Amino acid sequence: MRKVRRWLRSLDIFHSTKGRVAKNVDEKLVKRILFFCSLFAIFIVLCMFTFILIEGFPVIVKYNLDFFLGKVWYPNPTEGEPKFGILPMIISTLYVCSFALLIATPIGIGTAIFLAEYAPEWCRNLIKTFCEMLVGIPSVVLGFFGLIVIVPWIRNTFGGYGSCILAGSIVLAIMTLPHIISISEDALRAVPKEFKEASLALGATKWQTLTKILLPTASSGILASIILGLANALGETMAVLMVVGNPNIPFIPKSILDPVRVLTSTIVIDMRYAVWGSEHTQALFAIGVVLLFVVATFNLLTVKILKRGWIVKA
Amino acid sequence: MLKPNQVEKIMRTVLGLTAIIPVAIMLYIFGYLVVNGISAINPEFLLGFPRMGGIEGGIFPAIVGTINVVVICLIVAIPLGVGAAIYLAEYAPNNQLTKTIRFFVECLAGIPSIIIGLFGYIFLVHYLKLGFSILAGGLALAFMVLPWTIRASEEAIKAIPQHYREASFALGAGKWQTIKNVVLKTAFPGICTGILLAFGKAIGETAVVLFTAGMGSVASLPTSIFDSARTLPVHLYIVATTAHTTTAFEKAYGTAVVLLGLFLILTLGAIFLRNYYGKMLRG
Repeated sequence: MRKVRRWLRSLDIFHSTKGRVAKNVDEKLVKRILFFCSLFAIFIVLCMFTFILIEGFPVIVKYNLDFFLGKVWYPNPTEGEPKFGILPMIISTLYVCSFALLIATPIGIGTAIFLAEYAPEWCRNLIKTFCEMLVGIPSVVLGFFGLIVIVPWIRNTFGGYGSCILAGSIVLAIMTLPHIISISEDALRAVPKEFKEASLALGATKWQTLTKILLPTASSGILASIILGLANALGETMAVLMVVGNPNIPFIPKSILDPVRVLTSTIVIDMRYAVWGSEHTQALFAIGVVLLFVVATFNLLTVKILKRGWIVKA
Repeated sequence: MLKPNQVEKIMRTVLGLTAIIPVAIMLYIFGYLVVNGISAINPEFLLGFPRMGGIEGGIFPAIVGTINVVVICLIVAIPLGVGAAIYLAEYAPNNQLTKTIRFFVECLAGIPSIIIGLFGYIFLVHYLKLGFSILAGGLALAFMVLPWTIRASEEAIKAIPQHYREASFALGAGKWQTIKNVVLKTAFPGICTGILLAFGKAIGETAVVLFTAGMGSVASLPTSIFDSARTLPVHLYIVATTAHTTTAFEKAYGTAVVLLGLFLILTLGAIFLRNYYGKMLRG
């Protein structure tokens, strides 16, 4: 034990001054090294945009509107030209995400209100801890859960294949819920106390104060939480991939019990057999470009909204 | 028409019930997977090799693969993340460049994992010619967890009261000495919290690893960091989407429980450390 302790001390992670004269490290050098560490994030993001654009843009330019509005995705035809139309995937993605938000938003905002206004401290801590764990559950585990619980349930209750838009939406709703809760709660808490107290002092009940004062004031923050949830839902891959069915030939869904292919699941599934350097791979990267830009736009929108109207100056 | 007091009571109950939903979902997922999967876990499962593509046998190569990939990820992400956090919290002047750096860190945090996977596939696997390998997987994962490491470390560093630094300066210590001996030492539990959370994120990530570390071999262990390796999430994905028999599903359950268990240990560890850190700074 003592040996271990001595060895640990000899490593001297923190106490460089103990027992000997501190080395005079070149302050400027340290600063420069740390500066380059922080530049790394910029480097990675720029690289990411460049590489994915270079690989994906040719297909977008070549097929142009046929890429966005084409209804046929037929990358490896036995004869004739391949077709890369992603309209069915775009529509499916929109369906899955909007249903997910329809489920998650009321629950999320309700929970946020409860946490911010009604819950006692211990209860709030407990629920927040659970939300924090919910957000971190590996998406593949959630997808597996969806595959063995939600899919059979849908098959037995509503009929159809089970793997469908609805299943994807439920899984996505579970994933976006914690985001909506935490940002909405922050927004509600950021409303100046004076507003609330003034309303309560006039004899309004808590619920009246909420609907008349707190929710309108915090509305931009709540909106931001929903948009952020949408951005997360759009980019989510594994959990959705495992429960939406992924038919071989993507089609535009007619009901929420149809199996679909979303943008992200197409990338993963087709990448398995796409030949490197082929137009097929490039088309998958083009889908990546679309995803990247849509998600980036939504994220920027969230940041803008939060900066502009989150905290109302009292 | 209901009276305001009645509305108040009703809404209170409704909101309370709503707030139970996330907790219930969480408990149900955990309970369901653990109840069904705990029987699949035994030494043979944890230390055995998969047979018939994971339908029978164990998950040992997947565990080894996960450890390898995540260790590389942490080796890259921790120095870069903590370094960037120190710069942002202690050195960065309040100018346009700093704002740009912060903006890009936020950007990186918002990029979906599948895009990072695609980037890893084209940049690491093909452009840098690393092939499907542990190294490529670890690097791509590092790109993914970097913003979280930066954010958590920066918060931990900023939480340290200013008078700690002033006391150190008053003793004649330089800026770097102060950071190394006072700031980093005090912020250590906080930084560890961030690292544990990043660890948990890296362990559960599938899409990124699938595109960079590949599916790996199930019959042998990787011999170098240039070998392809299969991680636990990828193994779960493959087994779950190809499974048709009861034993195969049992193996999938087992893998899911192992993943969940690892994730739970890391998250609870992080939460515990964070509470400890908060108490330490306050008292």
